[in-house]
Amino acid sequence: MDNKKDIRGFLEFVYEFYKTMKAHEITLVYEGEITHQITKAFTSLTESNMAKDDEAGSVQRKVFHVMVECLQNISKHAEDFTSDDYLFSGRGIFLVSKGENEYSVTTGNAVENDRIEELTEMLETINRMNKDELKQLYKTQMKEGRLSTKGGAGLGFIDIKRKTGKELEYHFLPISDDTSFFLLTSTIGREEI
Amino acid sequence: METIKIQGTEDTPKIILDADNKVLEISGRSLPEDVTAFYEPVLNWLNEYSENPNDKTVFNFKLTYFNTASSKLLLDILMKLEEMHENGNNVLIRWHYPEDDEDMEEAGEEYADIVDVPFEQVSYSP
Repeated sequence: MDNKKDIRGFLEFVYEFYKTMKAHEITLVYEGEITHQITKAFTSLTESNMAKDDEAGSVQRKVFHVMVECLQNISKHAEDFTSDDYLFSGRGIFLVSKGENEYSVTTGNAVENDRIEELTEMLETINRMNKDELKQLYKTQMKEGRLSTKGGAGLGFIDIKRKTGKELEYHFLPISDDTSFFLLTSTIGREEI
Repeated sequence: METIKIQGTEDTPKIILDADNKVLEISGRSLPEDVTAFYEPVLNWLNEYSENPNDKTVFNFKLTYFNTASSKLLLDILMKLEEMHENGNNVLIRWHYPEDDEDMEEAGEEYADIVDVPFEQVSYSP
């Protein structure tokens, strides 16, 4: 009896969840470990959906770029942690939404609090920069080669801002005394540029 | 010299490094899981080739997409070619981009700014 009630409650939750997704125009949502396989699967799924919708080539390319960099940001930072805590094993939330005028790609993952300052500074710097400054910064970071095997040096963030031409919106929410949840969203306009 | 032929996949480019037939080419998409490991054979091949290169070396890049992690390795390849040019070899980079892809065209311009080596931009209809 109780079990039946639980199941019904759960199914009602799923329906609410479905409606919330619809209301926010979310076309893809994932929680879990972000691996290279996941990156490939999501980008190819989104690509085929965009092709089906006859999305402009330039928009398709930008969405693809942003998705790859966002997903790799999460999987890459998994290596930065020595902690066994499941929060830091390259897990996170990833979602793509499609509105009338734009796509947005959002990621959320746990970060250690002592990285907040560095991340904020990097994102603020990138957000302040104009096209030419971003281009210069990209070239410098690429040449200086302060990269791990999977990239780094903020190249991903710079690339997203350059490709979308829009500021990177972000937010940190506290999880515990040492950790926070880092949310980042990028929007890609659907009008052909 | 040994020829390298790597078939392209959805996340790795097709690579041909064939000194005998004078075909040096990277094409397709580049977002390998481990960029350093993927491009290591290419850089090793170029190191060996640069010791005894052909009279003329034309390196073709015909990428449709590369991620930021690959961008650094592509620069390493270009810098190797720059070094060959500086050593008095006849080297030409041909950067092919789809005619409607401004970002890929711009990426070529940026590389041309960074490395000092003859660089040609070639647009094609996809």
